[in-house]
Amino acid sequence: MLRYIGRRLLQLIPVIILISILIFTIVKATPGDPVGSNLDPRATAEQRQAERARLGLDKPIPVQYWNWITRSVQGDFGDSYIYKRPVIEVIPDFIKNSMILNIFVYIFAFLVSIPIGIITAVRQYSKTDNFFSAFSIIGISMPTFFFGLLLIYFFGVKNQWFPISGMETVGKNIEGLAHVKDVLNHIALPGIVLIIANLASLVRYTRTSMLEVINQDYIRTARSKGLEEKVVIYKHAFRNALIPIITIVGFTIPSLFSGAVMLETVFNWPGIGRVLVDAVNLRDYNLLMALNMFFAILTLLGNLLADIGYALVDPRIRVD
Amino acid sequence: MTERNTGIKPDDKIDQEIGEAEQEILTPWKLVRRKFLKRKPSVVALIILAFIILVVALAPIISPYDPNELDMTNTKQPPSKEHILGTDELGRDNFSRVLYGGRVALQVGIFAVIIQVIVGSIIGGIAGYYGGWIDNILMRITEVFMSFPFLPLVITISAVVGVSIPAEHKMYLVMVILGLLSWPGLARMVRGQILSLREQEFVLAAKALGIKNSRIIVRHLIPNTVGYIVVNATLGVASAILQESALSFLGLGVAPPVPTWGNLIQYARDIYNLQHRPWLWIPPGLCIFATVMCINLIGDGLRDAIDPKS
Repeated sequence: MLRYIGRRLLQLIPVIILISILIFTIVKATPGDPVGSNLDPRATAEQRQAERARLGLDKPIPVQYWNWITRSVQGDFGDSYIYKRPVIEVIPDFIKNSMILNIFVYIFAFLVSIPIGIITAVRQYSKTDNFFSAFSIIGISMPTFFFGLLLIYFFGVKNQWFPISGMETVGKNIEGLAHVKDVLNHIALPGIVLIIANLASLVRYTRTSMLEVINQDYIRTARSKGLEEKVVIYKHAFRNALIPIITIVGFTIPSLFSGAVMLETVFNWPGIGRVLVDAVNLRDYNLLMALNMFFAILTLLGNLLADIGYALVDPRIRVD
Repeated sequence: MTERNTGIKPDDKIDQEIGEAEQEILTPWKLVRRKFLKRKPSVVALIILAFIILVVALAPIISPYDPNELDMTNTKQPPSKEHILGTDELGRDNFSRVLYGGRVALQVGIFAVIIQVIVGSIIGGIAGYYGGWIDNILMRITEVFMSFPFLPLVITISAVVGVSIPAEHKMYLVMVILGLLSWPGLARMVRGQILSLREQEFVLAAKALGIKNSRIIVRHLIPNTVGYIVVNATLGVASAILQESALSFLGLGVAPPVPTWGNLIQYARDIYNLQHRPWLWIPPGLCIFATVMCINLIGDGLRDAIDPKS
């Protein structure tokens, strides 16, 4: 098992290198002088040239890439143009804020959607199944940002039940329990959107993979042996249905952060997704490259975790 | 007697069925159509979607105004007889803009998926047919594309490349980006199908006849995976429309003055419009929702009809 994980980790290295080259090339392809936005507009040509040399922008692109990647590996992503601080100091705060918004939502969504998925598959075409099928299709077809705006409209401005922007009430320096309550109040609306969107796709997914298993021969065999229905479903069927569900858990880890880009923008949540949009709009190249690398590595780790999960649940996969 | 009676009846039925079958030879696609038509939600969705497409396609005839016609004497009007959905801050008729916005949204969705299908089936087809090291390399590349962080990367590329592209051509950029980043799933599926198909006798027969490899892939193997491709492509259009709307809402996709459902919702980013002029941004949002839901329902129906396993 350890060897399997080790090999998979080694396989990640070329992929990460490829992605880093791609991200670097895309950002470097931007027209316009990155020095221009950084420097006093009154700067002379010599000053500009000096700044370019200081940032290493006068060197050929491959050399620039090499400099960037070797420094990045050591945790030095350069300074953020927006925040005037090293990128590596800026990012952790936003990661923390995104976690606050997402983590409970995802745990809740998983805990609720898997049992619902099983029930709807076992009682296919029942009223419960039809209800949740309708719920799922509505949930996956609704653009999350539009849903968020609707909630803001109805529960934030028409009825001012919940705050509509940010993570805490500005200017109110509250501590302890009152602060927690304040943050929870701010989570309410984006949280509802995230829960519904995730429930919709997770229920749909669990149901499909459960249905696939239930229709297989060995389930019929298990039933004809006279096993209790409970044992058939939860012991024989669910274990195998778990394999595709694990994939989704793996895909979910990166979307913890990247999936919330839209919602963080709509609700002005100071998380990693909104920072990405800011970095794009204000052309903060160092931050932009670092964020893209962060999302890429997260995606890869999510996939890896899913594969390890497979190997743990299903010994057949480990052989390859 | 009773035994005989019960024995005869089913026979009659069988005869009847044979009779019907003889009248109509059921090709696979006719079977698919029959199964599809049995799923009521999908059929209703198809009718609604056909209506949406028709209205949007006839936008130049239906829409009462030119979507880009400015009317400075008539700005920020609430809904009225002349302007069903009001006018924006430049006096443009919002209803016309929603109609034309639908054209752009649907075009982007469909063309993005066409690109996705072409790239995905070519790469999947080659990988599955040749196998060996070719398969290995192509699948590694596919994995690299699969491990891209989709939304962040799309946002970055669209912003960086979009700078040098004029507003009226940005919709093509969005199509290409979405198409070129979303083919891996389809490629893997096509490859899987072709891996099992290529061992069958008809491929051997084609080879024995001396047909070129490229022709075997395009004319004999890919048509056998068309069912799966159609299902995937249908659901793909739904997600491409959602992605385009998200991008355009962020101001990184289709750019004004070209209207699209996504960038029309941008009105809501202004708190005054959000609160006091809901007629500007709620209708385009509902259009996205309705269209995407219809396409998803149709995709589900097609999957049930085409792929009996799921």
